[in-house]
Amino acid sequence: MKHSPLPASSQLLRFGVIGVVVTGLAAGFAWTAGWVGPQRLSAQAFVDRFEENGGVHPGYRRAHAKGLCVSGWFESSGAAAGLSTAEVFQPGRLPVLARLSIGSGSPHTPDIASPVRSLALLIEQSNGEQWRTAMNTPPVLPVGTPEAFFEQVGAMRPDPATGKPDPATMQAFFAKHPESASFLRWAASNQPSSSFATTRYHGIHAFNLIAADGSIQPVRWALQPLAEAEPLQPDGDPNQLQQEFSARLAQQPARWQLLLTLAEPDDPVADSSQAWPAERAQLEAGVVVIERAEAQLGGACQDVNFDPLVLPSGIQASADPILRARSSAYAESFRRRTREGAPQAAAQPEQGAKP
Amino acid sequence: MSRPQIFPWPLRLLHWLMAVALLGMLFVGVGMVASVEGSQPTLVAWHKSLGVVLLALVCLRLVLRLLLPTPPLPADMPGVQKLAAHASHWLLYALMFAQPLVGWAMQSAAGYPLVLFGQWPLPALLAENAGHYSLLREAHAWLAYTLFATILLHLAAGLYHGLIRRDGVLEAMLGKQRPL
Repeated sequence: MKHSPLPASSQLLRFGVIGVVVTGLAAGFAWTAGWVGPQRLSAQAFVDRFEENGGVHPGYRRAHAKGLCVSGWFESSGAAAGLSTAEVFQPGRLPVLARLSIGSGSPHTPDIASPVRSLALLIEQSNGEQWRTAMNTPPVLPVGTPEAFFEQVGAMRPDPATGKPDPATMQAFFAKHPESASFLRWAASNQPSSSFATTRYHGIHAFNLIAADGSIQPVRWALQPLAEAEPLQPDGDPNQLQQEFSARLAQQPARWQLLLTLAEPDDPVADSSQAWPAERAQLEAGVVVIERAEAQLGGACQDVNFDPLVLPSGIQASADPILRARSSAYAESFRRRTREGAPQAAAQPEQGAKP
Repeated sequence: MSRPQIFPWPLRLLHWLMAVALLGMLFVGVGMVASVEGSQPTLVAWHKSLGVVLLALVCLRLVLRLLLPTPPLPADMPGVQKLAAHASHWLLYALMFAQPLVGWAMQSAAGYPLVLFGQWPLPALLAENAGHYSLLREAHAWLAYTLFATILLHLAAGLYHGLIRRDGVLEAMLGKQRPL
């Protein structure tokens, strides 16, 4: 069946319709990708800002660049088994791959120069699911939204003269964000210990534990060291904490109790700047035991992205917007550093680097 | 076997279902790699599970495409257009297979567990390897752009057949029988 030819004007109109449909879709795609349209806060903008602060060190993480790969196991007590169906909380032992680090974007920072220390865990369940969590020394963040956190990273840009954040800029930032009061109280009272092994690490965000009957219990988790803390005595070694930890493991494993703090109905579960009342019930969910350490270059943790949203069924992310933004920024950092390849051993700054 | 005027209904159903799903996946995919919104982790989880479903659907679709009778292109179509039509269709099939496989392999190379709809853990396609992850991650993005561009071309061609040539090609997929 043949149609009579269209008049030229009608044909032009129809080509116009096709053009509008195709360019409309293409424009929508470009807008969704953020290539056109208003500037939106993005994972790329976060990682760019970390790079501005810490420099670009090819192959290294964009945050917490300096660290040590460690491993051991998690001995679950089963105390949280009634709250979560996750295998990690059933009684038993699961392997742990972990990483101890300091909160700097540069792999050259001396261990004790950073006020923040971190312990990131990857616990592998027998069904292939994993629990990854990245824990830090502060129990709360200074702010509660990705936008304010982005602003904070900007305020932390090191002053070229001192190599440290400008105190006046930081003070102005905290004054503008009174929600940082809880964090500032922690910062004022924090006494750094002499060891990664005697440091308490916090999961900071709330997560939801899902029980077999579907009930939801928001919790925050922390790792409480089981070894006695001693005050930090700087010894001039830029790798002081790594050296101490390796020497300690030669004597005995490092151990932490996993504490779950249970939220009550009105506690803020979507704001990582707000602490919960001190009297909240806690469960001793099990003990993390670390018995081996190795350099991160070539180590088992080097290529692991400790994305805090890799969770087994039985644990879910809360509505905390910073927690939900982290996964995307971690993925962008992982993408950039894997594209650069492993850091070169010749440029390995961790041994004998000067501050 | 005589060739029908329109595509058999299972192929039409799969075509339109996958058209909507693929466009949705492409928009979600390109948005979620930048997004720091609260919806981002949910979108990523759905993207991974739906990708596996689309891989299963394209397997089914290829089998049906090879088994069921399909309408011929109009006899009066210029040879170069016919060639372009065949080439772009097989390119679309190749991309619909490659994209979810690369996505799955990239999850495996990064060491992420892939759990279908939060319920069923799937096996890794590859061993963990950061270098392989990086190549696959870049490939996943470029395959997405190529797939999107090919879909736009396919859409433009479909509308050209329906609005300008009016030769029954678009109707064959819409399921409209032409009067004889």
